[in-house]
Amino acid sequence: MFERELVIVGGGPAGMEAATSAHKSGVRDILLLERDQYLGGILNQCIHPGFGIEHFKEVLTGPEYADRVIKQVTSMPEIEVSLRSFAVHLTKDKVLTFMKPGILENVKAKALIMATGCRERTREMIHIPGTRPAGVFPAGLAQKLINIEGFLPGKEVVIVGSGDIGLIMARRFLLEGAKVKAVIEIQKKSRGLLRNIVQCIDDFDIPMYFSHKVSNIYGRNRVEKVSVIKVDDDFNELADSYFEIECDTVLISVGLIPENELIEMAGVEIDKKTNTPITEEVNKTSIPGLFVCGNSFKVYDIADSVSRDSAIAGELAAEYLRSLK
Amino acid sequence: MNAYDIIVIGGGVVGTSIARELSRYKLRIGLLEKEEELAFGVSKSNSGIIHPGTQNPTDSLKGKLCVQGNKLTRKICKELGVVFKEVGELIVAFDDSGMEELMRLKKEGEELGVPKLEIVDSAWLKKNEPNLSDKAAGALYAPTAGIISPYRFAYDLGENAAKNGVEIHLLTEVQNINLIPENSTAEKYRFEVSTSKGSFRARYLINAAGLFADEISKMAGIDNFKITPRKGEEFLLDKNDEHMTDHLLFPLPTKTSKGVLVIKTSDGNPMIGPTAKEVEDKEDLSTTDEGLEKVLSSVRKMIPTINSNDIIAYFAGLRPASGHDFIVRYEDKVPGLINVAGIQSPGLTAAPAIALMVRDLLKKNGLTLRRKIFFHRHRRKTVHLFAVPLSETEKLVKKDAAYGDIVCRCEMVSAKEVTDAIARGAKTLDGIKFRTRAQAGRCHGGFCTTRLLRILADETGKKVIDITKRGPGSEIVKKDRRDV
Ligand SMILES: Cc1cc2nc3c(=O)[nH]c(=O)nc-3n(C[C@H](O)[C@H](O)[C@H](O)COP(=O)(O)OP(=O)(O)OC[C@H]3O[C@@H](n4cnc5c(N)ncnc54)[C@H](O)[C@@H]3O)c2cc1C
Ligand SMILES: Cc1cc2nc3c(=O)[nH]c(=O)nc-3n(C[C@H](O)[C@H](O)[C@H](O)COP(=O)(O)OP(=O)(O)OC[C@H]3O[C@@H](n4cnc5c(N)ncnc54)[C@H](O)[C@@H]3O)c2cc1C
Repeated sequence: MFERELVIVGGGPAGMEAATSAHKSGVRDILLLERDQYLGGILNQCIHPGFGIEHFKEVLTGPEYADRVIKQVTSMPEIEVSLRSFAVHLTKDKVLTFMKPGILENVKAKALIMATGCRERTREMIHIPGTRPAGVFPAGLAQKLINIEGFLPGKEVVIVGSGDIGLIMARRFLLEGAKVKAVIEIQKKSRGLLRNIVQCIDDFDIPMYFSHKVSNIYGRNRVEKVSVIKVDDDFNELADSYFEIECDTVLISVGLIPENELIEMAGVEIDKKTNTPITEEVNKTSIPGLFVCGNSFKVYDIADSVSRDSAIAGELAAEYLRSLK
Repeated sequence: MNAYDIIVIGGGVVGTSIARELSRYKLRIGLLEKEEELAFGVSKSNSGIIHPGTQNPTDSLKGKLCVQGNKLTRKICKELGVVFKEVGELIVAFDDSGMEELMRLKKEGEELGVPKLEIVDSAWLKKNEPNLSDKAAGALYAPTAGIISPYRFAYDLGENAAKNGVEIHLLTEVQNINLIPENSTAEKYRFEVSTSKGSFRARYLINAAGLFADEISKMAGIDNFKITPRKGEEFLLDKNDEHMTDHLLFPLPTKTSKGVLVIKTSDGNPMIGPTAKEVEDKEDLSTTDEGLEKVLSSVRKMIPTINSNDIIAYFAGLRPASGHDFIVRYEDKVPGLINVAGIQSPGLTAAPAIALMVRDLLKKNGLTLRRKIFFHRHRRKTVHLFAVPLSETEKLVKKDAAYGDIVCRCEMVSAKEVTDAIARGAKTLDGIKFRTRAQAGRCHGGFCTTRLLRILADETGKKVIDITKRGPGSEIVKKDRRDV
């Protein structure tokens, strides 16, 4: 076991911003752990423009936004970046266990910032009945398959949910030559940003059904079709409105869940509904010196706000470390 | 042409149990399975309970084989390194007439030879099962009930059988069976089995084809039973609920099923289900809204706090029922044919006992059984990081760096476990999931799928576009963007 002033878990925009901001506030011993083989987090797979308008006053793609922040991180030699490093265990005394190929390490952090992002809600969490064939993807996974791995997951797509990821993926599939047959949203309106609705759906004439839900998924080996039904204000099904759409792919875009299993393991009080730490103040938790920022603190719409708020986590950690001396 | 003394049709837990048992003897054995991997039939979708033997009629074959199977399974699990947890079960009653019913179940169980049965009262339940509804009046406690991972059990049986010489043919669907007239060959082959992968000959044919056992039997000339699928939907809950109960919880049984249960599973996630509904289609594995509602309303009578938001996965299995009991018989009208059919619940539990019964039937009907000098009884236990403490993980990582390369975040599965699973026979994403738990956690593959595709492609030499979820037709991606 070794000791570190500040350990940060997660190398997305949140973790990186927290690192540079702690550095600017005087912390000189920082370890940044990222489980992937590169920094940037979810930004790496968001190759569309629409990032940085507030933070950099420029329209950037996700990877361009990430690059700028990565440059800041690597310009500060006191921030040690450890890639392919997966945090797997945390105690209330801030002893963190992480693994990388060939290594299992325990590090005792004086201050700790968790910036582990979100995971996607799944088809199972919204209980869509039917079969379980290949071709049902969380939308973010489909995005990664196309933009990072270089594979087209399907050719005839129905999207469940009209959150930003779903909207962006509708356009992405279209540009790849696939057919997007419908976006099905159970609410009366979209949770997505207006610009995404206009630029990703309206501009391409993709049929969008509000107050509708996918009531069943069919297909033995691969998705063959879905059934769709209209719902009333209380989400009761309106039987006469039933129809079917043939497709080979269903994308699930029904929201994100902050990843906070590690701090929960350490004993931080978690709001079961949102899976976020219960706290009055931004980035703080019930354990002193343990902070959470970015999408694991709360689900943000845009990366710019993540960067803005995560800088505060770096300052809070620096302040906490000073108070120990 | 492939010629065997014995062909086993079906690579579920019953077929693999039979194959392993017979591999102790000097016999040439082939196992034919239509799916790409073993255990992709009924044996992958069940409750994973090694039943004690209660809730069976005293004169039934399934009751007898269940009691015997419960004992045998423990021994085989030890030999193969499969985790068996003896968690015990409680059949819960809510009123006086229910308590009387428990007395009857206890008496019947004891008649069948189920050990250590005990009636416990509400005070016992409050102490030992604090989340149980306080309306519970008492329960029948069967401490010998256990849990295992059903698919890993079948895989390990298959692997061990193969190690002992059984030849396993996958993606090999039996399409036709011809009876070879007597004396036409010196080796006395009686059956010519045509499959999607060519023809096979056998002296003895064991039909363990699960839902399709009636069709296989018909191909061989015996048309005296019908398999009626009875669907069971099951819903898995988040690992956080692992300690919601300490025992398996059963309501009083109905005529056709043991009722909807609160189940502990061998990897930790609790499960609720199954329903019981007859269906027509032998491939109808869909889950339904009604099924979910039925399960929730039933289990909440026992554990009122069960939260539907904790559901992380669900599936359906089809019980291959033929009447109320198992069929395990030598067909005198077609010498050499043994039908093992109607193996509904408790078929997982009974499988090792069924295997012994099949062995005895073969012996009785003219097959000479000579033991091999060396039978590989043991199998090295598979490593699962999720099942060992971090101190042990540390040692493993030092031994092999790839144990430190975490692939699945929810269940903590390393690259090493995945490549091992592939080396042991996993060919599909589902095969990896069942063996390692990667994709089986709360994010359901959102994180690890891309990495698993790459590892599978690297290890098998396949292209990513050819990798499937569970066999041909279930390819994951449709196009490689670099191919134009
Ligand atoms: C499809 C999509 C479209 C978007 N479009 C826009 C847009 O147009 N404009 C905009 O401004 N924003 C957009 N966003 C939002 C923005 O990308 C996110 O808000 C932002 O990336 C969140 O940053 P984060 O650092 O909190 O999380 P992430 O970027 O998810 O980073 C978390 C990091 O933590 C690492 N990690 C997690 N757990 C561990 C562990 N146990 N050990 C080690 N490392 C770990 C992860 O690998 C990851 O790198 C979009 C997001 C998506 C998904
Ligand atoms: C919901 C549910 C819950 C259950 N819970 C329990 C429990 O808790 N405890 C318990 O003891 N039992 C339980 N059971 C019962 C148990 O799962 C079955 O009895 C057992 O799995 C049957 O195994 P099998 O090998 O006979 O069938 P299968 O696993 O279906 O094996 C038959 C194999 O034959 C193959 N096959 C079929 N046709 C052909 C062909 N033409 N050519 C080649 N191969 C072919 C199939 O692909 C299949 O792999 C449950 C069952 C269900 C459905």
